[in-house]
Amino acid sequence: MNEVKKFLFVNRKAPYGTIYALESLEVVLITAAFDQDVSLAFLDDGVYQLKKGQQTKGIETKNFSPTYRALDGYDVEKLYVEKESLDARGLTEEDLLVDVTVLGSREMGALMDEQDVVLSF
Amino acid sequence: MKFGIVVNEGPYQHQASDSAYLFCKAAVEKGHEIWRVFFYHDGVNNATRLTEPPQDDRHIVIRWSKLAEEHKIDLVVCVAAALRRGIQDENLAHGFRISGLGQLVEAGIQTDRVVVFGD
Amino acid sequence: MLHIINKSPLGNNSLDACLRVAASGDILLIEDAVYAATKGNAMEGKVREAMSRLKIHILLPDLEARGLADRIIEGVAKVDYGGFVDLVAANKNCQSWL
Repeated sequence: MNEVKKFLFVNRKAPYGTIYALESLEVVLITAAFDQDVSLAFLDDGVYQLKKGQQTKGIETKNFSPTYRALDGYDVEKLYVEKESLDARGLTEEDLLVDVTVLGSREMGALMDEQDVVLSF
Repeated sequence: MKFGIVVNEGPYQHQASDSAYLFCKAAVEKGHEIWRVFFYHDGVNNATRLTEPPQDDRHIVIRWSKLAEEHKIDLVVCVAAALRRGIQDENLAHGFRISGLGQLVEAGIQTDRVVVFGD
Repeated sequence: MLHIINKSPLGNNSLDACLRVAASGDILLIEDAVYAATKGNAMEGKVREAMSRLKIHILLPDLEARGLADRIIEGVAKVDYGGFVDLVAANKNCQSWL
């Protein structure tokens, strides 16, 4: 009865410097609970959200990066990272704390095109 | 057409709330429905009735309240973001209500288009 | 789809990122992004190049507010808030490049 829509969450901001990444993750978890078709896209500084080895004790802020690893428990398994953004930051897939699908820029654009709802924060 | 609107930034600091308001106004003038405006992140600061701009400036909070009243627009403030920033029922402006993030997801499901205004 | 950009291209990479990713569709420049569609701006070349595959629109009230309404690049479409609404309605989906 409830229509399933394709939701894409576009993450383009680094963690900790601003709250956007954390509050975006909170929406992702809620959206999954509504049984929607959820995908996450990481571009530009958003790819830093997935960097392994985050240690936030020194800035007295909660390290929320383990939540990305818990996403598959919520049936959120479609995580896409733009290759050009990784390259521009000297990162590779091995630097990331979860399994992702790496896409070229235009493939990322095609993914965006096919969504029903695109949310960015 | 039914629109859902998301406002991620507070009033005065950033143009996002102004742009969202002018978009909503134009949409209802064209006969569309603004099904819900969801205030998230610092956007929750659009909902405090303690806001007092100088007299020669627009009153962003009252402007939202009036638009909501005239066109029966549901103004929803995210509870988690609001509590983080000191927005509670006691200081909530007319026409706004505090509720959960599920209301944002519901707007995505129930409307034809969602437009996000932020930084 | 409709891509909405709100940042000056000289202070933020959102327009660059959008042009990298989007193969076709509409781009609407609002708020500080309107500077990107003005002649003599360092982005002018890139904007002109993108116009061969993307339709570029500008929110005129934002450009007027910034005193640059007379420098708009030819071929960029001007819209008011009503035109903004029409663009959202005409596209299947939209993304704000925040």
